[in-house]
Amino acid sequence: MQSPASGLSMLLFIEQILNGLQLGVMLFLMSAGLTLVFGIMQVINLAHGSFYMIGAYVAATVMQQTGSFMLGLLAALPVSALIGMLVEALVLRRLYQRDHLDQVLATFGLILFFNELTRIIWGRQPLFMDGPEWLSGTVELIPGAPYPSYRLAIIVVGIAVAVLLYLLFTRTRLGMQIRAGSSNREMVAALGVNIKLLYTLVFGLGTLLAGLAGVMAGPILAVESGMGESILILTFVVIVIGGIGSIRGALIAALLVGMVDTLGRAFLPGLFRLVLPAAQADGVGASLSSMAIYILMAAILVWKPKGLFPAQA
Amino acid sequence: MEAEGTVSGAGLIAMQNFLTRKIAVLSTCLILLLALPVIMQLLDEPYLISLSSRILIYAIAAVSLYLILGYGGMVSLGHAAFFGTGAYVVGILASASFDASPVFSWPFQMDGSERLLVALPLALLISAFAALIIGFFSLRTSGMYFIMITLAFAQMLYYFYVSLEGYGGDDGLSLYSRSQLPLLDLGDDTHFYYLCLTFLLLFLLFCHRLVNSRFGRVIQGIRENEKRMQSLGYAVFGYKLACFVIAGAGAGLAGALMANQSEFVSPGLMHWTQSGEILVMVLLGGMGTLFGPVLGAVALLSMEEILSMFTEHWMVYLGPFLILVVLFTRGGLYGLLIGRER
Repeated sequence: MQSPASGLSMLLFIEQILNGLQLGVMLFLMSAGLTLVFGIMQVINLAHGSFYMIGAYVAATVMQQTGSFMLGLLAALPVSALIGMLVEALVLRRLYQRDHLDQVLATFGLILFFNELTRIIWGRQPLFMDGPEWLSGTVELIPGAPYPSYRLAIIVVGIAVAVLLYLLFTRTRLGMQIRAGSSNREMVAALGVNIKLLYTLVFGLGTLLAGLAGVMAGPILAVESGMGESILILTFVVIVIGGIGSIRGALIAALLVGMVDTLGRAFLPGLFRLVLPAAQADGVGASLSSMAIYILMAAILVWKPKGLFPAQA
Repeated sequence: MEAEGTVSGAGLIAMQNFLTRKIAVLSTCLILLLALPVIMQLLDEPYLISLSSRILIYAIAAVSLYLILGYGGMVSLGHAAFFGTGAYVVGILASASFDASPVFSWPFQMDGSERLLVALPLALLISAFAALIIGFFSLRTSGMYFIMITLAFAQMLYYFYVSLEGYGGDDGLSLYSRSQLPLLDLGDDTHFYYLCLTFLLLFLLFCHRLVNSRFGRVIQGIRENEKRMQSLGYAVFGYKLACFVIAGAGAGLAGALMANQSEFVSPGLMHWTQSGEILVMVLLGGMGTLFGPVLGAVALLSMEEILSMFTEHWMVYLGPFLILVVLFTRGGLYGLLIGRER
């Protein structure tokens, strides 16, 4: 027979697991596109977070006008994909053969531009948006533990995207070309594949996924200028842990980072209270939990310097 | 390419022209820098003296990044971590001294201090130590991994300082006054300006000696071909780590001065956009020489200052400008002013 207290903490634990899963799924959407761009085109793109922000802003605006979340989503996806492809054609395409340093500088310039542009268009005040009406309730997955349906929907969407990406890469011609392009660019071009177009499409797919993540984050977080950067850094951690260029690595690392971050924030202060005075424990716990994923990353790199699933041998 | 040992007449003249132009430009810059506070006083724009000190401080940070980036080929996007650490050492010591309470009392008692002769060496030491730890982990990787890992470590330190509630947390920490130094009154902007200028010149001289020493040659050799240097028997990892630590200490020096300049430290000093900005200075100035980053710091910060006089949305112009610089100029501003060295 369980005591009520431990039953309650069990429910809390399950809730935090779901929260971790939800953060992991968001990170996966961000990192799947970015790791492809890193791995296939060998280009470091700091501006990936900008497409997340663009997705969120477009969805929030369309939703304010029409009142429909789904319309906002439908508008945001093509817009982020198109802007992504435009940026690829105008800026990044010229940088593929360049030093990483040039890529960092140019994409840093892109971030400054997009952040300031959103401030000009939408102002400095954050926008707030609601999720769709039919997802506003809660679901009792386990009796006694209601969980917001919207967050559950994010998890479902993330899993669906993972399955779709898997099918795209293993079962379609396009996926085969992308995989081939990542291992030998010249050969694929010589075989008559339009590699330029392929790269633009891959980039567009990446920014579309980033836009999707942005739309889904909209109802949970505030939509504001610079929102892309906080998730971008986490995305980098995911990609480094998973191994650059590996979608499978991105999925596993995203879930790992989501779990460690969420569970650390929820439970580390409590754990430290067992051994330290309360005030001190909260301080140590809070600072340690915000550093937890970086410590995880350092530990994994000591063990495997190329990440868990290095894409290229 | 000319055959080794023979230099054509035209090549020699071009070389001489290049050298005269270099000496002319550099000595003009030095005279301008030395005379700047006097000129600003005459123009009755004392605010510009304090802005100039800020530029000199960022120049130190940019030169220190250039040490690992230009000579070592290590693209770090987390250099602000050491900049911020240096600043926090000064801030924490000053705040402890103001409260007359020790910084820590175990295993030995560490009292606060407002003296620069205490705070500055400590700032250098602790940022070098931070660079040792971060470098030890980051340098196991290279290329894109290295960029992202240095970035992530800098964010980690950022969150660490955000969680330091005793020292202002998110809001940062205001200093009661600038540090004390015998003979100089650092509260006076002109005195402080000359202090920063002295440190910049000393640091440039140090870096110049360093990169032309045996150590510097090895570092550049590693940049060109790491495997070959390893086969020649050099402890590649040790050399890279040493270079990374020296650069970290340099950034710590800049940070310690920055804390004094603004009399305020906050986690914002090590936000990743700071690292990005220092990186931009290096690239904007131009690679290939230690003066490039100095020029880049001057150019970027004055451009920010001038643009912000006209519009609050200056970043919307700065961003595309950076992209254009990357796409269409090689060798940065230094290359424009002096010509390419080769």
